[in-house]
Amino acid sequence: MELSFEDALRRLEEIVELLEQGDLPLEEALKLFEEGIVLCRFCNKKLDEAEYRVEMLVNEGGEVKTEKFEWDRGGRQETD
Amino acid sequence: MRRRRTLADFLYFEEETGAEEQSVERSSPEAENNMSTEVGPFIANTEAERRLDVHIFTVGELTKYIKGMLESDELLGDVYVRGEVSNFRQPTSGHMYFTLKDEAAELECVMFRRENAALSFIPEDGMKVIARGSIGVYERRGRYELYVKELKKEGLGELYLEFERLKEKLRSEGLFDAARKRPLPKFPRRIGIITSPTGAAIRDMLKIIGKRYPNVHVLISPVKVQGEEAPLEIADAIKLMNHVSETLYPIDVLIVGRGGGSIEELWAFNEEVVARAIYESKIPIISAVGHEIDFTIADFAADRRAATPSEAAEIVVPDMRELKKRLETLEIRLRQSVLKKLEVYKKRLESVERSTVFRKPTEKLDKYRQQVDELKSRMLAALSHHLKLKKSMLQGVAGKLDALSPLAVLGRGFSACLRLDGSVVRSVEDVSVGDAVRILLSDGELLVEVKSKSRRGA
Repeated sequence: MELSFEDALRRLEEIVELLEQGDLPLEEALKLFEEGIVLCRFCNKKLDEAEYRVEMLVNEGGEVKTEKFEWDRGGRQETD
Repeated sequence: MRRRRTLADFLYFEEETGAEEQSVERSSPEAENNMSTEVGPFIANTEAERRLDVHIFTVGELTKYIKGMLESDELLGDVYVRGEVSNFRQPTSGHMYFTLKDEAAELECVMFRRENAALSFIPEDGMKVIARGSIGVYERRGRYELYVKELKKEGLGELYLEFERLKEKLRSEGLFDAARKRPLPKFPRRIGIITSPTGAAIRDMLKIIGKRYPNVHVLISPVKVQGEEAPLEIADAIKLMNHVSETLYPIDVLIVGRGGGSIEELWAFNEEVVARAIYESKIPIISAVGHEIDFTIADFAADRRAATPSEAAEIVVPDMRELKKRLETLEIRLRQSVLKKLEVYKKRLESVERSTVFRKPTEKLDKYRQQVDELKSRMLAALSHHLKLKKSMLQGVAGKLDALSPLAVLGRGFSACLRLDGSVVRSVEDVSVGDAVRILLSDGELLVEVKSKSRRGA
């Protein structure tokens, strides 16, 4: 299963805290650092994968389907 | 209670601050009217007045005073009145004028166009209503009136009772228990929204979510949010979302709601079927019904209440820009912590390098080489001694072997008799007359036929 953004962020925070405590042997610290850098890249990539999908569920004769939801993205304000 | 203001207070106050506008505004003709009755400081008109020490007002002054009294009263500033509508009229100005009455009294009412535009019904004579507004004075007619801000059909009282009854029932069943409220996902990937597809609410939510955290998939289940079918449609949509989540792809969180409206328009969210569907949902639910002041049963049953649909959109996703900033900070801390660590090791290394061992590195090496040489020669000596020992042992054993060899016995004149299969003939019984046998001598062998045989001593 792919790592979730949440888990990656949590692990990254954990790594930073471990490193900042500063009592790790060098090799282990470097290993954690490498993992941390990979996690940073992963998280940034996840955030940059921004694809805003807005769909509507439609019931077609008992079968549930999705279709694109058209909406006004402009700033025009209307009252309900 | 407020201290009652005296006339003098009132006039003084008016002069000091300029006409203190009371909360109720009238349309422009009345506003002009206000100006014309402006009260100046009290001045005694005649000597007679001065002697009698009485004040004589103009009608305008007195009315102004009365207006001030009524309109500064806290209770009258925001009051609910129950009554029956009569003499309803709405001229082209769009303002509504009517009388509220009961068996005991009548009250003139005005509802200006600005307020009545939002009404979901047109009042009619005979209709029982609850009006909310403030009491003001229409000076030109010397009349106090209720300036209506909200108007509801009577029967609302029953709705409130129903609301309280259902709330109590569901509470006692545990539908609102804090212990069962689930935390919302921090970084949802798929969000289900159950609302009207045409309202401002859905547009506002989509806009806010898209701006804060655009890497999500929003699934909308369109429903009616008011009217008779609304409650069941909302409940079914919650079930449908759960079904989709189990069979198609996971939905992390649901928003159920609508924009603001009258209590009747929000009522679907006070229905038991909706509350139960929320309770039974496996997906955590944010309720987002109406405005801050509107509380519905759905709000109590939901895992989280948002005051408005827009707030729900803010709650449901994190802010991308904040997240980016957080990641940036983490990366900086990550790099700095390791750099610091490397710095420490570098210093340690430098101090070690300055020590003797590293300043004369060959000294130690030579010592090791010497040691190796010595060990090597000792090992070789031990080895050759061992070999010599083994060799002399071998020679001793070989001599003994020679003495025991059958070949040596044959050299002394003995011979051995073998059958053709190579077995040794030890007794006359081992062969028959006519058999061929081999006789081994020291320098070769003979093939011999047995002519006869006899046992020794027989």
